[in-house]
Amino acid sequence: MEFAELIKTPRADNVVLHRPFYPAVEGTLCLTGHHLILSSRRQDNSEELWLLHSNIDSIEKRFVGSLGTIIIKCKDLRIIQLDIPGMEECLNIASSIEALSTLDSVTLMYPFFYRPMFEVVEDGWHSFLPEREFELLSSVTNEWRLSYVNKEFSVCPSYPPAVTVPKSIDDEALRRVATFRHGGRFPVLSYYHKKNGMVMMRSSQPLTGTNGRRCKEDSALINATLRAGKRGYIIDTRSLNVAQQARAKGGGFEQEVQYPQWRRIHKSVERYNILQESLIKLVEACNDQSHNMDRWLSKLEASNWLTHIKEILTAACLAAQCIDREGASVLVHGTEGTDSTLQITSLAQIILDPRCRTIRGFEALIEREWLQAGHPFQQRCAQSAYSNSKQKWESPVFFLFLDCVWQTLRQFPCSFEFNGHFLIMLFENAYASQFGTFLGNNESERCKLKLPQKTMSLWSWVNQPYELSKFKNPLFEANSLVIWPSVAPQSLQLWEGVFLRWNRSSKFLDEACEEMNNIIEYNKELQAKVNALRRQLAELETDDGMQESS
Amino acid sequence: MEHITTPKVENVKLLDRYTNRKPANGTLYLTATHLIYVDASAEVRKETWILHHHIATVEKLPLTTSGCPLLIHCKNFRVAHFVIGHERDCHEVYTSLLKLSQPVKPEELYAFSYNPKMPKDNREIGWKLIDLKVDYQRMGIPNDFWEITDANKDYEVCNTYPPEIVVPKAANKATVLGSSKFRSRGRIPVLSYLYKENNAAICRCSQPLSGFSARCLEDEQMLQAIRQANPGSPFMYVVDTRPKLNAMANRAAGKGYENEDNYDNIRFKFIGIENIHVMRSSLQKLLEVCETKSPSMSDFLTGLENSGWLRHIKAVMDAGVFLAKAVKEEKASVLVHCSDGWDRTAQVCSLASLLLDPFYRTFKGLMVLIEKEWIAMGHKFSHRCGHLDGDLKEVSPVFTQFTECVWQLMQQFPCAFEFNERFLLEIHDHVYSCQFGNFLGTCHREREALKIFEKTHSLWPFLLQKKQEFRNPLYKGFTAYKELKPNTLPFSFQFWCGMYNRFDKGMHPKQCVLDHLLNCMSQKMKLEDSATDLENKLPFLDGPLPDEVCSLSKIVNASVESSKTPMLNTPQDYESEPPALLTNGAIVEEVDIMPSRDQKNKENFVNHHDLPDLHSTMEVIESDAKKEKLQYQ
Repeated sequence: MEFAELIKTPRADNVVLHRPFYPAVEGTLCLTGHHLILSSRRQDNSEELWLLHSNIDSIEKRFVGSLGTIIIKCKDLRIIQLDIPGMEECLNIASSIEALSTLDSVTLMYPFFYRPMFEVVEDGWHSFLPEREFELLSSVTNEWRLSYVNKEFSVCPSYPPAVTVPKSIDDEALRRVATFRHGGRFPVLSYYHKKNGMVMMRSSQPLTGTNGRRCKEDSALINATLRAGKRGYIIDTRSLNVAQQARAKGGGFEQEVQYPQWRRIHKSVERYNILQESLIKLVEACNDQSHNMDRWLSKLEASNWLTHIKEILTAACLAAQCIDREGASVLVHGTEGTDSTLQITSLAQIILDPRCRTIRGFEALIEREWLQAGHPFQQRCAQSAYSNSKQKWESPVFFLFLDCVWQTLRQFPCSFEFNGHFLIMLFENAYASQFGTFLGNNESERCKLKLPQKTMSLWSWVNQPYELSKFKNPLFEANSLVIWPSVAPQSLQLWEGVFLRWNRSSKFLDEACEEMNNIIEYNKELQAKVNALRRQLAELETDDGMQESS
Repeated sequence: MEHITTPKVENVKLLDRYTNRKPANGTLYLTATHLIYVDASAEVRKETWILHHHIATVEKLPLTTSGCPLLIHCKNFRVAHFVIGHERDCHEVYTSLLKLSQPVKPEELYAFSYNPKMPKDNREIGWKLIDLKVDYQRMGIPNDFWEITDANKDYEVCNTYPPEIVVPKAANKATVLGSSKFRSRGRIPVLSYLYKENNAAICRCSQPLSGFSARCLEDEQMLQAIRQANPGSPFMYVVDTRPKLNAMANRAAGKGYENEDNYDNIRFKFIGIENIHVMRSSLQKLLEVCETKSPSMSDFLTGLENSGWLRHIKAVMDAGVFLAKAVKEEKASVLVHCSDGWDRTAQVCSLASLLLDPFYRTFKGLMVLIEKEWIAMGHKFSHRCGHLDGDLKEVSPVFTQFTECVWQLMQQFPCAFEFNERFLLEIHDHVYSCQFGNFLGTCHREREALKIFEKTHSLWPFLLQKKQEFRNPLYKGFTAYKELKPNTLPFSFQFWCGMYNRFDKGMHPKQCVLDHLLNCMSQKMKLEDSATDLENKLPFLDGPLPDEVCSLSKIVNASVESSKTPMLNTPQDYESEPPALLTNGAIVEEVDIMPSRDQKNKENFVNHHDLPDLHSTMEVIESDAKKEKLQYQ
């Protein structure tokens, strides 16, 4: 298919663009296969807008006489408005944008066409290979092995080819366990806590059904992670009620009789469209500036967004607490093990593992616990807060995770190597990007799409020194401790950097960040200067000494 | 001391409000000024000091198996929940505290016995630190339009105003006196702030005694004089900060508001800020929300909304913004009043000054502002803060709201203030502490009668001594921002956890950016000194310095290492839901996790003002869980 077919009117003149924080500007609107471009044709390019079609969440048309107006609502929550003279032109442009922003074939997406303007120093597609992660693990324990049982994606379609499992469990057993777990997602290693050798595993629900089906390989697999005489915890991200209902559909949960060495804790975390609705309500509340204080607070409350944040963080803290404080291993799962499970396992690692609080460590975490673990990004991030499609699979699961990380970062402002902008960048790229990283729903799909060959990895771009410098937190001081965030409502805040980003100027807050940078940078320079002077003085003194002695 | 029957009680537990942690066990002491609790169970000696004057309420709760609970609420929002072993001890502490926290005579206030070791001269100099005349000079007063008059030196005009007031030059003594007869409690229009650039002024007064139709020529002349003192504007605003309904109701009592027909060229406007009673009950509701044990997000947000607190804060802020805009953008003078002109009027005038003039965003400036708009102009601190045993209906968090408005501005403009949050909290503490004379009494006349200038110390020099810890490292200086235009949309207002949950350290960010930056500042000075030192030792060095960082100087590096911010770092109770039922009726073991005993001694950074507040789970619950398990086996 040619994009040209979709573009009925490739350009329109005298279009007026309204967008947050800028005065309205008149210019020429151009539609390309992947971008909406508005250029005022002024010398400096400051008045230009380049908007990725895939960033468009929804559009609305309005007409006053022959003047048409298109309101474009973006996945990054920005809202812009285009005034286009001529009803036909306006309609054409609107329908073109609509078509171009909802392409159904992945291979037509921009990442397949994007040619980077920078030199790739490190190919991000190879930065975080499971083999390398496993090497790190092997240096501290030899109780685990890397299994290629899923090499052909035949055992579990949503798992990567290589997974880490207990050494004592062979591939044949894994195949059997896979038949006992939803979607074949057998328990695999998620995190190894060096401090005490305890582990966190994740899986999907066991398929016990109503008649209490069992699988002895399944209990053997998870028991293999327990120390003699120790008990482990199973954190089920569903309420007991929901878990029980799942049995009717063939799912279920681990019964005490079959797993006597495990204690099950139900920590309910919301999923699917409930989260999507929560996002829609929250953004609606943030965008409506006519609210008085009472209405704002009641809308904020009714959106439940912060309730979800609190739930997720609480469950993650509990998992971390079991591992670090109780010295017990943990298995986390919900139903499919691709959403709330990953929120919990990845947040628990941020709490426990200082490496996950560095930039590269966090990238590795996303690669490991989200991309390779098979979080269906393509489905979940197809639409954002302005969607009206109400598809069950659309859900801001990863967005909530990023918000929880931001909450933790806010409470431990010196313990993270990255800043809030890094999280915002990830949010943007998860929903619309020129990079292939978040395309597809799992490794199998990414393989079939040949993403590593045909698209650029987000990490290739981010990890360039210049780009990285924008995402670095000047306050960072390596903190090897476990960090325990507070989940009290008073401690959780609206993520203003995302939700209020387009609704109020951040000028004064940005200035504060800059000032903070300056203070810290200046000190570093001073320190370097003092060090250099000291060394010089020392050299002179030894010279003098040598001269005197000679 | 005659109130203290039991100066020392042993085996007193201090419960942690938010967690199920094992309560502290220790000794409670009563001194003439403080209640001191020494935690004996901690590895490091931990003390909690509570000033008697800070105690708002003391309650004896019903006897429990572990003892007699004593719940203390403080005016700085600390809540201390003690359990005393013997009922008799508890009762004695209770009765002592009741008396100690509610002195009857002003002489019993701490300020009259507080005696820091310093020369007598220092005390006198301290009171001279803030001179309001200097501030008027800064505004260019006296000038062609305004003068400082001692018309009130014998409190003839108004007994709640200071002896010296600033009025239009055009208003003669007869006008002043005439107007004073027509204003509630004689609080005539006087200048609060003059915006030098365009001569627009903010003036303040109390409501007129207009009833339904009364007029006063002198009062009308007074307003005209104020308007004409700003030749650039053909009109002036008269702002009544009350809700219209309240103002109208006042007419029946012979008070009320200005009739636009009677005054030349005024634009009259109501700004609905609620009265002291509404504010008092709003704070009460807010504090109940803050105190709720493990509330859900919904509980908290709904409670916050129902308290109305942020709505009131926004109302005050909106009014301040209106004033600043009128002065700066419309170049019009504004006369502000409420009923008596000492609560809402003080809030709004001082906030507008702060928005317009960067001076008031400095240490000295905020002190001047508080001295001028609050202390000198007769905000009834003694009544509003309940310094003495008196009418509880007079108590209201008017000054707290002003403090919060400043804080809200600091959130929006982090580089615009010379001071940090701690400075606000310290001032707020001392408004209630009665340790210094500044906030005693209700007006200048009363303070003179109390001889506070002879017998007590001023707060301000004391605060300036601690300037280093109160400074804002991000402050960009006096000239960086002129007037501030805050965003007043509801989402711009945050709940101030640092004030209302100040003593619940577990809720605050565990690493403090402020501390980190303050460390940077002191390090910077040290580094600059050593750089100069070293440069002097290398007199013949002219060439450029080598750029690379050298790792030789371990000493400096080590000092960097040791300056890491302290961290409170223990998990809280993340497992607080009621146990879910299994199909067979058994309770799922929703296990409580015990913190390991090897807790790092992070808590010893907490100073004696802070309640120990480490979130972790509690032994009691653990043992309960064990009992439950037995039950179902």
